[in-house]
Amino acid sequence: MTPITQPVRTRRFLRNALIVAAFNTVIGVGLALRNGNAVNQMVYSQAIGLSIWACVDLGRLLFKRDPKSDWPLGWRRWFLLGVGIPLGYAIGVVIGDAYCGCSQWEQVSNSPRQLAAYLFLAVAASGGISYFFYAGVRRQTLEQLVATAQRDAAENQLKLLASQLEPHMLFNTLANLRVLIGLDAPRAQLMLDHLVAYLRATLSASRNMLHPLADEMARIDDYLALMKIRMGERLQVQVQMPAELRELAVPTLVLQPLVENAIKHGLEPHLEGGQLDVRAEHQGADLVLSVRDTGVGLSGVANDGTHFGVAQVRERLATLYGEAASFTLNSPDDGAGGTLATVRIPLNRTH
Amino acid sequence: MNATALIAEDEPLLAAHLKAELLRLWPGLSIVATVGNGDAAVTQACALRPQILFLDIRMPGMSGLEAAHALAEDWPEGEPFPLVVFVTAHDEYAIEAFERAAVDYVLKPATPERLAQTCARLQATLRQRSQAASEPGAALDQALAQLRSLLTHVPGGAPQEAPPRLSVIQAGVGAAIHMVKVDEVLYFEAADKYVRLVTPEREHLIRISLRELLPQLDPQRFWQIHRGTVVRADAVATAVRDEAGKLTLTLRGHPDKLAVSRLYTHLFKAM
Repeated sequence: MTPITQPVRTRRFLRNALIVAAFNTVIGVGLALRNGNAVNQMVYSQAIGLSIWACVDLGRLLFKRDPKSDWPLGWRRWFLLGVGIPLGYAIGVVIGDAYCGCSQWEQVSNSPRQLAAYLFLAVAASGGISYFFYAGVRRQTLEQLVATAQRDAAENQLKLLASQLEPHMLFNTLANLRVLIGLDAPRAQLMLDHLVAYLRATLSASRNMLHPLADEMARIDDYLALMKIRMGERLQVQVQMPAELRELAVPTLVLQPLVENAIKHGLEPHLEGGQLDVRAEHQGADLVLSVRDTGVGLSGVANDGTHFGVAQVRERLATLYGEAASFTLNSPDDGAGGTLATVRIPLNRTH
Repeated sequence: MNATALIAEDEPLLAAHLKAELLRLWPGLSIVATVGNGDAAVTQACALRPQILFLDIRMPGMSGLEAAHALAEDWPEGEPFPLVVFVTAHDEYAIEAFERAAVDYVLKPATPERLAQTCARLQATLRQRSQAASEPGAALDQALAQLRSLLTHVPGGAPQEAPPRLSVIQAGVGAAIHMVKVDEVLYFEAADKYVRLVTPEREHLIRISLRELLPQLDPQRFWQIHRGTVVRADAVATAVRDEAGKLTLTLRGHPDKLAVSRLYTHLFKAM
């Protein structure tokens, strides 16, 4: 978020002063119609109104302010109004008295009801205007925040695409495809079908938030089929999904980045390759999705846990399920090494 | 023309295809070994001494560039160094470096025309070499110059981001963490997946590879002198060349002696 700069602040002060002056004129005219003596009423009204404005709006700068609204935080806000309005009122009265050479204090102290009425008018008007200014800045700031959030979302979308359509993966796959065409045409066709399905899914994934688990698994099958051809014997794959879980709704691309990470960071750099297990299970009230590889493990990966794919999965789970879903990445201690990624989604939210 | 070659490529289909295509384009070529990772490429190349190496860049274990680096350091004196052709799917940062170092490279998927070009170029270079057979050292010198240029532009064969420089290294010693000032480190030495860090007082093992550590050190102050050794330049007392041409460093305030590989001897010359 961009902080409020000094020129913006000065412009805001001037604009606020003008609004206050206009408002004072309305009050002044109202009082003149009621009490007569138009010039004096107008002077009092402007003097009191602008003094209160000066005390409150300039007084804000003495305090630590909320960056969203540029107003003091918490109790300071009420302290400012509580001190600023009476102080401004008193200064305004003194100025008004000096102008018309009389003492309003004397007049109103004889009539406590009138004093109360004037004070009420001052408090109500200042309070209203203060809120109006406060809400205006806040709205602007919130609009800015929304715009930033939208830009971030678009940027993330791009990053997601780039991370999935990694050129290295694409060109290596095409190189394999080129060889297969001469070697085994039917198998080449099959590989091309997988590549097309993979590309189509990746390019359209962002449009839906949720899809059936079976669709997510189909997408993973496409990717794994491509990788099986590329890595040959070095990649052993096992996918398990009980039939009754097929229709459960899961976030799009929740497993895909984990499978791609397991291969890219776990198995591909591993000399002997290894085993990849993708599993969907029903555990208590949760749907548990896990991706396990027997690759180089987390210690072999630079800055583990901060990969874009992992951050993306975490963020999407938090957005969709809040605290109810979880994601963990750890090193299993069963001696086979590698990495285990587990996603837990509450079952009552998956229909 | 007859020649021998080694192929290092981790994707089996691509390896088999490259072999078939090369044999079709160059019947006199014999592929002495096809390996699936950089480590095997180094051992097999040392054992079989092929004239040509086709090295994929991204492989499990050592990358193609790291394998070339290791070979350049370990290659026996007096033997002609193999001609290296790098093979890559999409490593734009590397391609630029290859151009600069005048090393041949092939992009995957490779067209037969492009491969034929590479074969012709390799044959021409081999012919030149056999005419100047009296000087096998020249081939090694040229290979070293090319590798030096490559290594300064693509250390470890990974894209270069600029990570923050380290000033303190946290080394675990039992339950305690020792904060070691980088300025106090005499040298770093690769030890499998760890790095051994030596100060005048003691030494530590830290869990990071030299490849990851290197970009976090100031290259003005810390010099790589071997694929497994990085020394703080101002900790070096002398650099002495023995009769066989091997360069050895002595350190200030520490008895260890460090060997400089032939790729880095050019760093030490009298002003």
